[in-house]
Amino acid sequence: MTVNIMTAKDVAKKVINKEELFILDVRNEDAFDEWKIEGDNFKHFNIPYFELLDGVEEIIGKIPSNKDVLVACAKEGSSEMIADMLSEEGLTVSYLQGGMKAWSEHLEPIKVGDLTDGGEIYQFVRIGKGCLSYMVISDGEAAIIDATRMTDIYLEFAESKAVKITNVFDTHLHADHISGGREIAEKTNATYWLPPKDATEVTFDYAALEGGNVVTIGNTAIDIYALYSPGHTSGSTSFVIDEKFLLSGDILFIDSIGRPDLAGMADDWVGDLRESLYTRYKELSEELVVLPAHFMIISELNDDGTVAVKLGALFAENHGLNIKDENEFRKLVTENLPPQPNAYQEIRETNMGKIRPEEEKQREMEIGPNRCAVR
Amino acid sequence: MEIAKLLDAKGLACPMPIVKTKKAMNDLEPGEILEIHATDKGAKSDLTAWAKSGGHELLKDSEENGVLMFWIKKG
Repeated sequence: MTVNIMTAKDVAKKVINKEELFILDVRNEDAFDEWKIEGDNFKHFNIPYFELLDGVEEIIGKIPSNKDVLVACAKEGSSEMIADMLSEEGLTVSYLQGGMKAWSEHLEPIKVGDLTDGGEIYQFVRIGKGCLSYMVISDGEAAIIDATRMTDIYLEFAESKAVKITNVFDTHLHADHISGGREIAEKTNATYWLPPKDATEVTFDYAALEGGNVVTIGNTAIDIYALYSPGHTSGSTSFVIDEKFLLSGDILFIDSIGRPDLAGMADDWVGDLRESLYTRYKELSEELVVLPAHFMIISELNDDGTVAVKLGALFAENHGLNIKDENEFRKLVTENLPPQPNAYQEIRETNMGKIRPEEEKQREMEIGPNRCAVR
Repeated sequence: MEIAKLLDAKGLACPMPIVKTKKAMNDLEPGEILEIHATDKGAKSDLTAWAKSGGHELLKDSEENGVLMFWIKKG
């Protein structure tokens, strides 16, 4: 039987379309337990490739013949070997091109909505890691918010839309992924905005992003209002775009809220986090569509693959916005927190410009889920 | 430490370091030690898990100038 190749994009389509897929994950158990390819109708079976070197007979019976089978490993080589072995036994299977590395890096640009006077806003869903970034397009210009380090994707997308990138923002200094914001700004001569309170140790020049700043994209006045909303970091800033969309960064997610501890200041910032969520956000229109910088679980994806819910609905349903007692809130966000994102200190230092790891090292630092939230 | 055999798996990508380690191990007697040099970063976690599941003992590992070194005693 033939061995097929499935790309990260093919798998992303299956996630969004809620298709069935049987994933034979041949990484070692620790890696699998830590992070895997999630989909509503995906089934998993984990056995390390090195336990199958003498043959795959023992697992043949566990692999369904009536659905698509994907063999996945860290970088591709082992999954290709196992897929070949299964094929020799008469099964039709695919392996994941580029492995989990490619899965972690795949970005799916999905349109979120139209802006007044003809602009558009796109969400770039990094489906494997749960990171969300944005491009706002209006009248030949584009702004990018919370870009990942896969900068080519944004540059090519802007080119395909025939727009010039003029402004690049990071809502805060990220701890879970390496920002591509500075690199994009350098390549396009765009202005790179960072909240100064998160940028006290950075080694490069930036434009100070502060509450009340208004940046206009295009001539048709698509305004990006900066809203200072500390708590996840002391500089965390949200944006209201075109009076329609609230880019909430790592402060508010769909089914969770930001964690305040990734810069080591949980106790200091818990008050800020509460103030941002319970006072500043409360003053905003409930009709704003919340567009966060992360999702945690695949069920947060809408049917079209976007991650977007109205603020009013979140005030009604998000547990993190409904804790009346301040002490209980303090406990939730400072105690029993999930493990920190992989290599988060090194990632912060990279985003400050203090260290410049090679690309391979950057990939390794980012492996795993984002873990920026508490539920 | 007396090394029965040295396996050079530098420059090889997964799964080859483990495939070669397994083959080399077949030629050793229980109690003998295999020294492995590899450059694939995944080798560390995979060799550790492989040794454990195969009943071998990972005696020591270290890294020098980007080369990962392992000493595994055959079980």
